[in-house]
Amino acid sequence: MLPEWLRVRRIAAFVFASALTLCGHAFAEGPQSTPSIFAPASTPANDIYHLSFFALEITGAIFVTVAGLLAYVIVRFRAKGDDDPSEPPQIYGSNQVELAWTVIPVLIVVVLFLTTARVIFAIQDAPQPAAALDVTVVGHQFWWEYRYPKQGIVAANELHVPLSSSDHPTPTYLKLLSADTDHSFWVPQLAGKTDLIPMHPNELWIDPLQPGLYLGQCAQFCGVQHANMLLRVYVDTPEQFAAWVSNQAKPGVQDPSVAEGRHVFETQACMNCHAVRGTAATGRFGPDLTHLMSRDTLASGMIPNTRDNLRQWIKDPDTIKPGSLMPAMQLSEQQLDQVTSYLETLK
Amino acid sequence: MADQTLPIHGSLDLTPPREGESTWLETLHSWVITVDHKKLGLMYMMMAIFFLLVAGCEVLLIRIQLIRPDNHFISPQVFNRLFTMHGTTMVFLVGIPLIFAFGNYIVPLHVGARDMAFPRLNAFSFWLTLFGGLFLYYSFIGGAGLYGVGNAPDVTWWAYAPLTAKAFSPGHATDYWALALIATGFGTLGGAINVIATAFSMRCKGMTLMRMPLFTWLLVVDSALLLVTITPLTAAQIMLVIDRYLGAHFFDTQAGGQAIVWMHFFWIFGHPEVYVLVFPAFGIASEVIPVFSRKAIFGYPAMVAASVGIAFVSLGVWAHHMFTVGMTSAGNAFFVLSTMLVGIPTGIKIFNWIATMWGGKIRFATPMLFCTAFIFQFLIAGLTGIMLAVAPWNWQLHNSYFVIAHFHYILVGAIVFNTFAGIYYWFPKATGRMLNETLGKWHFWLFFIGFHVTFDTMHFVGFEGMPRWIYTYPADRGWQHLNLVVSIGGLIQGVAVLVFAYNLFWSLFKGKVAGNDPWDAWTLEWSTASPPPAYNFATDPVVHSRRPLWDVKHPEDPDWKYE
Amino acid sequence: MSAIPLVPGGHEEAWHLPSRGRIGMYCLIIGESTIFLIFVIAYVFYIGKSLYGPTPQQVLEVPIFNTICLLSSSVTIWLAERAIERGIMRTFGLWWAATITLGAVFLIGTGVEWYKLIYHDGLTIRTNLFGTTFYSLVGLHATHVVVGLTMLLLVLLFTLTRHVRPEHSERIQVLALYWHFVDAVWVIVFTVVYIVGR
Repeated sequence: MLPEWLRVRRIAAFVFASALTLCGHAFAEGPQSTPSIFAPASTPANDIYHLSFFALEITGAIFVTVAGLLAYVIVRFRAKGDDDPSEPPQIYGSNQVELAWTVIPVLIVVVLFLTTARVIFAIQDAPQPAAALDVTVVGHQFWWEYRYPKQGIVAANELHVPLSSSDHPTPTYLKLLSADTDHSFWVPQLAGKTDLIPMHPNELWIDPLQPGLYLGQCAQFCGVQHANMLLRVYVDTPEQFAAWVSNQAKPGVQDPSVAEGRHVFETQACMNCHAVRGTAATGRFGPDLTHLMSRDTLASGMIPNTRDNLRQWIKDPDTIKPGSLMPAMQLSEQQLDQVTSYLETLK
Repeated sequence: MADQTLPIHGSLDLTPPREGESTWLETLHSWVITVDHKKLGLMYMMMAIFFLLVAGCEVLLIRIQLIRPDNHFISPQVFNRLFTMHGTTMVFLVGIPLIFAFGNYIVPLHVGARDMAFPRLNAFSFWLTLFGGLFLYYSFIGGAGLYGVGNAPDVTWWAYAPLTAKAFSPGHATDYWALALIATGFGTLGGAINVIATAFSMRCKGMTLMRMPLFTWLLVVDSALLLVTITPLTAAQIMLVIDRYLGAHFFDTQAGGQAIVWMHFFWIFGHPEVYVLVFPAFGIASEVIPVFSRKAIFGYPAMVAASVGIAFVSLGVWAHHMFTVGMTSAGNAFFVLSTMLVGIPTGIKIFNWIATMWGGKIRFATPMLFCTAFIFQFLIAGLTGIMLAVAPWNWQLHNSYFVIAHFHYILVGAIVFNTFAGIYYWFPKATGRMLNETLGKWHFWLFFIGFHVTFDTMHFVGFEGMPRWIYTYPADRGWQHLNLVVSIGGLIQGVAVLVFAYNLFWSLFKGKVAGNDPWDAWTLEWSTASPPPAYNFATDPVVHSRRPLWDVKHPEDPDWKYE
Repeated sequence: MSAIPLVPGGHEEAWHLPSRGRIGMYCLIIGESTIFLIFVIAYVFYIGKSLYGPTPQQVLEVPIFNTICLLSSSVTIWLAERAIERGIMRTFGLWWAATITLGAVFLIGTGVEWYKLIYHDGLTIRTNLFGTTFYSLVGLHATHVVVGLTMLLLVLLFTLTRHVRPEHSERIQVLALYWHFVDAVWVIVFTVVYIVGR
């Protein structure tokens, strides 16, 4: 038979955990569209998750105790209706009580600090295994550039990483850079966030344990369209990842039937900002378009990658993402059709 | 509620009122040229309430925009200006003026002085602060003109570099931000100097430092902290202006400057600043709770020590706002420890307030309702602060709606609640009339309910991964239901504030006459008329304990026997 | 207050409070010191981090003469304080004028140094990190010297028109405190810029 206080504590923890579950996050580990911090799918997020519950238990206990005292005091020491004008006994202090409520918090702090420090070192100072994938993430106003140095790939806005497992760990190490202002990479189910600060490289690692699409977004205000700098992390099985890599490594498709569209692309200044590998377009300011059609979304996760959306985006980005740094190039309707058709061949 | 004229000879003004009212122009003139701490305190309060309403309107617009996903109520440009101005206004044009509203009015009365140490500096500080506020708001119409929203700052109230560089913030928005706050910063410095000098150099006879009321102690510690808190921001803002206008490179990453330098300087200001903002709330609690519990404050020396301790430790925790910028693990660990340590003296204060109520005879008039809610909410805010101090968890919670919930729990749940408490408590002293108690209770309950509907819910929005500073969110994130609830709570709080505004105006004209001491309290301000005459006390008071009026009312059991 | 019959053990002893002018000036000094501290931190942090342009070693000459002048002005102002304490206004005026002269020499010397740096060495506030941090830190100090000299000149003017009298000794000392602060800051700035930074 457990002591009373331990039973009460367990019941309280269970109630709290249930409350969180009712908010829609079972302690699942697969991807979900609500990027909850309580649905970890990767070791850093999982370590944080467990630490957070420990912290919740401690703060929960403190809350129950102190709020309980407050509630008691409000009820028990309320002035009675009678008009008794006498004052209650004046107590000015108590050395023993004050010492106790100083020492106990100090002990709590020591315990919580040591537990926290252990997780900090476990996550930040984890040695990088040889099988890890290196990806360089460059934050831009308002999109994400992904460079895979060993594979020779440049992608944008949709990050593909391999599935990891506890017996065959293949984590992904992200090197975080910025081309302009501060950004922050936050995919809650995979890891805590880390900032992208110009001229100040940072690092973040993830080892996703369930395949699927994980959502997140930039978490440091970076300008007008900070809200739409969305993150999409595709955790691929090893086969899927290999297929994706080999496709991305190919140069851009050169389909002669869309030659007019390609001509529009190359003469209407698109190539000043965008790159299509294997052509004269080597612009770095905007996302690499070599395999644009391999992406599910446009405008950094905002809209589905359909012909109509693509055409509208090229016609006037401000109608979709007002404040985006891509200007409307004032193309004619025919030019728009042509260049959209061209881009649709870039699979 | 005792209402007695007090047997302290000499402190009551017995001269008959002057015959012949002034014209409204004369009255206005007397306020404009005044150096009287009471009038200046009231003007600071009017400024704070005005900007509270303005910033409140700003956030109502924000909450309407966020009430559902993919909303187009306002554009991203307008939204970004609104939240930047909301934060900047609340911190610098409401929070800081509130310090000097209460401080100016009460500190001289508490120490038995005739006025502040430097009355003219006092007036200068107020007008400079007000000028800074008006200059900041001029940005809405300056620059690009009346179309849209002009050049109001849109870089968040943190104004991180390099977003604030000329390259990324062309136009004058950032300049309005920096220059307006440099101006208010100097006003704040003047106010802080005044409070400290008053408390040290103008105390009445017998009032040793350890006999000053806790409210005044907290204002003194607050002002000392301000001297070393506001100045780093001023320095950083000067650097920013030099960068933008003289081509300097403090934060220019292309020339070797570093964004992180701004972050450190900003948070070296920013963290102690939040303690600066909350100290008056602590002080008000330490006055109201004893009076309405009918007991002396429990552990006065510990309360003083804890306040000083908090001020010192708060100077060493700033990088807990920077856990995600890539500091070393050792650096992160250090700030975890210092942040948790500052929670200890803070917690002690909560225990002392509860211990004061323990064994008392608690009257739940409106000031006490607000103070009791303050204790409950400050406890929760402190605990979510401890959660945020756990650095790895911070890596998830940072810049999410959880953080917004946490700091609004302090700014609204602690500071605004106790500001209301202080207003209900001291309005009778300042005006001679009581605020209406029925309206007060309506105000309290509406605000309490609205507050909890909004900010309790907001914690969970953060758990679900919603970051801050976003003007909209996609429908598939599942955030819309909680956002709807948050917005509704905001509307309820708005209604509560309207009730309060009505109460203020109604009571100014029709409130019950208060007399000198409507609450049967114990500090010196209650020994003089309501409102006090210009010179406060007809003869200088002499005190022998921390509660001079307790000694007068209880000559058989005075405090000085126990101190 | 005489209505209270109980008085706990004679309170007729003297009640001394510190001078509000002094307290106010100490507070101002603490605040200003913090502003300087931030600029010093920026200076120290950016030592050696300029990507291009002149370096301190290349262009800075240690301003020994200027420093001696400024630090001596602390001595002369101290002598002035003692003179007014003793009520000897003529001596006070002379030492006060000497302080102003020494401060002005320091300012002129700074101006000469900056002229050389700008026109001969091509170092401006926008040249590189060194230029940025140097001019802002030394300039911040020079601004405080200008403010101080303005106040000192006003007092000199009032002394010459016989408006300053021995009973103003306390106020003079409060103002002198500001001047001492400016000199103390120079010690720090000098050490950081011309010794550590080179």
